[in-house]
Order: sequence, then C-alpha cells, then structure tokens
Amino acid sequence: MAIKKFAVGCYDDEAVLFPAVDKVRNSGYKLHDVYTPFPVHGLDKALGHKDTDLHVAGFIYGITGTSTAVGFMSWIFTSDWPINFGGKPHFSLPAFIPITFELTVLFAAVGMVLTFCYLNQIMPGVKKHVFHPRQTDDLFVIALEIGEHTSEQEAIDFLKSTGAMETSVQIAESEWWYGRFDKEEEYEKLNPAV
Amino acid sequence: MNERFELPARLRNTSLALMAVGVLVLIIGAVSLLGGDHHEQTRFWIVLLQNSVFFVMVVTASVFIQAAASLAQGGWIVAYKRIPEAIGANVWVLGIIAAVVLLFVAFGLDLGGHNPIYHWVHPEGDKILEGKSGFLNKGMFAGFTIVTIGLWAFFGRKFRSLSLAQENAPKNSTKIYWTMFKWSAGFLLVYALTQMSTTPWMWIMSIDAHWYSTMFSWYTFASAFVSGMSLILLFTVSLKNHGHLELVTKEHIHDLGKFMFAFSVFWTYVWFAQYMLIWYSNIPEETTYFKIRQQGPYSLIWYSVFIINFIMPILVLMSRPSKRNYFTISFMAMAIIFGHWLDFYIMTMPGPLGEHWSLGWYELGIFAGFIGLIMFVVYRTLTKASLVPQNHPLLKEAILHES
Repeated sequence: MAIKKFAVGCYDDEAVLFPAVDKVRNSGYKLHDVYTPFPVHGLDKALGHKDTDLHVAGFIYGITGTSTAVGFMSWIFTSDWPINFGGKPHFSLPAFIPITFELTVLFAAVGMVLTFCYLNQIMPGVKKHVFHPRQTDDLFVIALEIGEHTSEQEAIDFLKSTGAMETSVQIAESEWWYGRFDKEEEYEKLNPAV
Repeated sequence: MNERFELPARLRNTSLALMAVGVLVLIIGAVSLLGGDHHEQTRFWIVLLQNSVFFVMVVTASVFIQAAASLAQGGWIVAYKRIPEAIGANVWVLGIIAAVVLLFVAFGLDLGGHNPIYHWVHPEGDKILEGKSGFLNKGMFAGFTIVTIGLWAFFGRKFRSLSLAQENAPKNSTKIYWTMFKWSAGFLLVYALTQMSTTPWMWIMSIDAHWYSTMFSWYTFASAFVSGMSLILLFTVSLKNHGHLELVTKEHIHDLGKFMFAFSVFWTYVWFAQYMLIWYSNIPEETTYFKIRQQGPYSLIWYSVFIINFIMPILVLMSRPSKRNYFTISFMAMAIIFGHWLDFYIMTMPGPLGEHWSLGWYELGIFAGFIGLIMFVVYRTLTKASLVPQNHPLLKEAILHES
C-alpha cells in the first residue's frame, strides 16, 4: 500500500498505443501499467511480460485432487467402512477413476481460478484506482510512476509526444485495497480530481 | 514463396528400403507361414489385416482433419496444408491394399471349412451369429468395405484437387474456398457414418463376433485421429529439416502437439469408458474379451499400450517446452503411432490366434513395409505442387498464427 504520483496518458487507437508503449519502455520512465477496455493481442509481449506460471500451479492443484480422491476413497473402502459391492474387491481402482478424474478437474479448475484472481488482484470487494473512467469503455491508458526526481511537466510532455490525446497527473494508491466507504472518502479527499 | 519440394535421395532410399523390407518379409511370410499349419496361415492373414486396416484409417484421418479445419474455418492449418492433402490423396493406395486383404479374408480364406478370422462367415448352428447374420454377412461386408474405402479415397483426392485448383483461381477469389466448405460437410457425414460408427464393427469388432461394444468405433476413431495427427507432425518436421515450410513455426508445431496431447487423453477416456462399463457389469459374455487381453497372455501388450498411449503423452507432452521441441515432439509422434499400432494389434490378434501370439520379424516387417509405403507415396505427392498454398484466402492468418 503506497500512495504514489502518476503521469497518465490516454490513447484512442491501438496503432498509437503500441509505438507509445515501446517508447515508454525505451525512455527510462517507470511504467506502472497499461489499461485497455478489451484484451489487446500482443500487448503482453510489447510490455515484455514473462509467461505466467499459472499452469504449473494448475498441475500441482490437479495432482493434489488426484491424490486426495485416490487416498480418501482407498481409506474409506479398505479400512474405514469396507462394503462389498457386487463381489468386487475392496480396493477396486477402476471404480475410483471417474471420481478421481472429477476431483482432479475440480481442484485444478477452482485452484487456478483463485490463483488467477490473486495474480491479477481481482476479487469481489477488491478495489483499485481507476485512472480514467473511459479506460473500461473506449480509451487505452498508460500510467507512468513519477518519483521525487522526475519532472511532472517533462513526463506529461513526453506522453503527449507519443500521441496521448489526454494527459493528467494523479496522486493515487498504487496497489489494491479492500473496499470500505470511510477509507474511500479519505482517499477521495486526497485526489479530488478523480 | 513458390516452394518446390525435391525428394532428397536419402529419404527416397529410406522409404524404398523400408518398402523392400516389407515386401521381402511378405514373400518369406507367404512361403514359410502359408505353408505351415492353420495357426501360421491365420497369423499371415491377420497381421496383414491389422496393418492394412490400421494404416488406411490413419491416412484417412488426414482427410478428416482437412474437412474439420475447413468447416471450422481454421486458418493455422494452411501453413502446412499440403501435408494432410498429400496424405489424403494417397488414401486410395492403402485403401486398395486394405480392400484386397479384407475381401480375401472374408471370401477366400477357408481352413478346413471354417474361417479362422471372421467366424460369422459360417453362422450355421451358432444362435448368436445366426441372429447377427442380417448385418454380419458377406454381402454387407463387401458393400461396407468397398463403399467406405471408395468414399474415403474419393474425398481425399477431391480435397487435393480443389486445393490445387485454388492456386490457379483468380487472386482473392473465395469461390473454391466455399466449394471446399460444402465438400467438407459432405465428408464429415460420410466419415461419421463409416469410421465413427459402422465400419470398424465390420472390419475389427466382428473378429470377436460374439462380443460387442457400442463404443468400439469411436475408440478406433480416437486411435486413428491421434495417429493421423502424429503422422502429419512427422512429415512437417521432416520437411522443415530439409529446409522447407518456412511458414511453419514453433507455434504451429506447438498446436499440433496440443492435438496429440488432447486426443491421447481422449483415446484414454474412450478406452477406459469401454473397459470400465464391462468391468462393472461383469457379464461373462462381455468380460471374455478383456479376460484374455488384460489377465491372459496379452497382458504385457495391454499395459504397454496404456503406458505408451496415455502415461507417456500425458507426462511428456503436458509441458509447453516439450511441445515446442522438435526432438521430443517427433519422438512422441513416433511412439504414439507405434502405440496405436500395438492397440490395433491387441484388438485383432486374440480372436484368431488365441493364446499363442508373436510379435516378431513378420509383424514388425509388415509394419515397416507400410511405413515405407506411406513415406514413399506421400513424399512423391508432395513434390508435385508448391508447398505453400499461396492463393489460399487464410494464408495470412496462418503465417501470423500464435498458439
């Protein structure tokens, strides 16, 4: 949780956004994030994001589901409460497979959804600062972090030179927070422009 | 980008050598096995039947892949489109071999008054077979075999000729693209009514004529599809190794690998569903099929099939780097083709041969012969046209493809 100062530039065209992202990455300014109203193909590569490890997490969740199902059913049917089903052996693996499969899928799916939410900081009730109301509508927004030694005006001029149609300087919370009204009122006082 | 493929001498010699091995083994087999007792004569024919049926299904999967991609308007296949086309255009070669073997086995094979492979040829005195004789009889068998193979071969050649006609069509014309779309819909119908439902009952399931499974055709389709994908991948990698197909990148290879992975899992799903229902209900007339395969003399092959076709793909192909590595993906493609060949082996052998199976020079020699034949005819077809379908409306999409 940290209040920081941002220079914000808004773009109305992907064709302008991609060169702008390149220029920002080469300029030495610290890029906070880019907000787009829809998934833009190739933007993750332009931003230099690494491949996610979400699938490794998914594999681990899946394996956990498999072992939970096999272990739990083996324990129940062999030692806890053995019942004779149609003369089959107590430990009959083929009968366990469907449930094992389902639990593997369930664990992997639910675990990956939660991990995805955690990595992207999205959850019911989790709030993040919105740099421009139209960033979920029709504008692409680039937010640069401005430190103590960076000139606001230079950053704004730089964003304008990359083709930003609208710019602003905002003081805002850089991380997520769990939404509460009293906290938000306090926060809005800090930054009345938004 | 007019890429012409010249068959390198090494590839030609390899395929000719494999074919020569096959022919040699066939001749030695004909001399030594056909001169032997009933068991050896049966072995001679059932191995030919297993291989010809397996490989005709594998090459026809390429026709299905083209049809499915065309109907889904998938663009990425265009980058290596010539390969499924060339495989599909040669369905007739394997189809003729399969038709000759199947029809001979059904009509000509007679060992002392009974047919060792298709018992239903003489249903007299067997109530179950008499009850099935409305479907399982020589006339239906010949009809299904000829119609199925004829349609598969026809559509394989049709797709190839449509695709070549696209090259001579006016620039940006989509007329042939939509013609292909309609023919693809027709082929899916044909394929659903043959490979996915009826024909494997006739060709393979009727070897164990008393036993039946409604999942059987779907299960052989899964085998054929995953092996067909692996075959396409092997040809793609081989052409890339010879400096062709620049448009095919790791993205395309990755997606082919995803198909191999996904359909290996799908095969296991169907394989296990068939097994589990029979295991659960435990009806003697159904369980005999698995008794000899899983617990009897075939258990070694049974578990090898499971390991090669499921455990290996799921562990090796799951990770992204292994699907993008030419060595691991080609190795897995070869393993999958061999694994599904073994799967067909275990479908066909226990019926006629009983407990005395052998996997020796004859079986592997015929396998090598078919591989050589497929390599030879497909490479020969690939040399006849540019490897890049440069007039295809979706070519740009294929080039830009990212998995």
